[in-house]
Amino acid sequence: MKTLISTFALAATLGTTAIAETIATGDLGLIIERAKGSVLLIDQSERASLARIEGLGDLSHASMVYSPDERFAYVFGRDGGLTKVDIVERKIANRVVQGGNSIGGAISDDGKLVAVSNYKPGGVRVFDADTLEMVADIPTGSKTIGLVDAPGRRFVFTMWDTGETWIADMSGEGAPAITKIPEMGENPYDALVTGNGRTYITGLFGEDGLTALDLWQDNPKPIRVLPNYGRGQKDMPVYKMPHLEGWALTGAEFVLPAVGHHEVLWIDANTLEETGRTKTYSQPVFAMARPDGRQVWVNFAHPKNDTIQVIDTVSKEIIHEFKPGPAVLHMEFTSRGHEIWVSVRDENKVKVYDTHTFDLLREIEADSPSGIFFTARAHRTGL
Amino acid sequence: MRNLLALLLLTGAAHSGEPALDPTALTRLVHQDCGSCHGLTLKGGLGPDIRPETIEHYDAEVLTTVILDGIPDTAMPPWRPLITEKEAAWIADYLLKGDTQ
Ligand code: HEC
Repeated sequence: MKTLISTFALAATLGTTAIAETIATGDLGLIIERAKGSVLLIDQSERASLARIEGLGDLSHASMVYSPDERFAYVFGRDGGLTKVDIVERKIANRVVQGGNSIGGAISDDGKLVAVSNYKPGGVRVFDADTLEMVADIPTGSKTIGLVDAPGRRFVFTMWDTGETWIADMSGEGAPAITKIPEMGENPYDALVTGNGRTYITGLFGEDGLTALDLWQDNPKPIRVLPNYGRGQKDMPVYKMPHLEGWALTGAEFVLPAVGHHEVLWIDANTLEETGRTKTYSQPVFAMARPDGRQVWVNFAHPKNDTIQVIDTVSKEIIHEFKPGPAVLHMEFTSRGHEIWVSVRDENKVKVYDTHTFDLLREIEADSPSGIFFTARAHRTGL
Repeated sequence: MRNLLALLLLTGAAHSGEPALDPTALTRLVHQDCGSCHGLTLKGGLGPDIRPETIEHYDAEVLTTVILDGIPDTAMPPWRPLITEKEAAWIADYLLKGDTQ
């Protein structure tokens, strides 16, 4: 009977809110304003900013995940702050400072747990998504990177200093069950999981290549990917670590940024063998596939960070190059890929482009914008 | 790219024997671009804390060299391709002096 009563109660509350105002969040998003410690609420359909929500602390390198109902964003700040933003009420719902120096986070497949990875003290902390109370503390003794969610209430993350990947299974009662996979490689700098939650790949800074894990196996073993891709070539200095989040699956291939080489690499998604390379303008930071997989958009590290190149995934050739402005930090596609939003930090603007004509559609004022996150991420593993 | 432009202009000026430093552009470089590894407030990230308390054991000249040549076999890149020696010295001084907030 409990459920029936709560259904009634719910109906009563919903009834009144529905009369007041229904706020649909499916086409909304948030932009990190990195210097000011604020986020800007944006509306994709209107191509407009709706509100600024302040008080989130140091947001350099901040990222976020969304609750399954697309109402709450969990923002991970550099100062160790974890802020739960209510985009319906346009305010901070809760905020804790959970660690000294955090780098990213993830939300469990059931939306109940939010995990944060930290550089200092190195490790992962897991919080109740509702209350932000800590439910697990997993010290790793290393700067911890590449934290993602995986199906079955699991989190996967990797250690920069020790080169291990750990899988924390939170499906049981009590402490997480941890599986440790050593020897992933030297200085992994970031990682990602494929949309089906099967393949976890970490990029290596300390050596050439990447390392993959098949998360469908009980005891996944490191699989070396392109171990020699830079051999015989001189590495160029890397002024900004590339990101693997939002990496690109284009039909049957992945594309990802090379490190210390001015190119993106194409890899067969099944065999993990190289299928090609495309020379780029400079050191790529993000290589993001349009959701349909037909194009890949690439931005670059300082000092070439005013430029974007667009690669056609069939020919693997660059079909468009343009300069949105000084310091292009991030790009986010609309969920069906018809538009892309680009943050141009040093011009204090976010620019919206048509991905078919490449026309500039709108410019939106924002204060030192960096990451752009649409709520549609709520429904994708690894984002 | 505004800061880079400024830097390129500076580099040009330096070569023609007329060094002109642009503190605004350099401050921005330190916080935004060093900051992408060391944190916007230089408290540390992938790279270590480089606030004055933690790097006070460096003398200015050694620090300048670290900036220009990076630290081999680590993620600390050499900045020589992008900035002049004078600019590196300015950054070293700026980091040591500590008004880096
Ligand atoms: C791509 C990432 C990256 C960037 C960008 C970067 N650094 Fe570093 N830096 C590092 C790392 C990693 C270390 C630590 C190297 C080691 O293991 O010793 C480091 C070390 C240092 C150190 C030595 C610290 C110590 O305690 O010995 C100084 C000083 C420094 N960086 C200054 C700078 C300055 C100034 C800039 C900008 C002009 C900069 N760094 C940009 C990654 C970076």
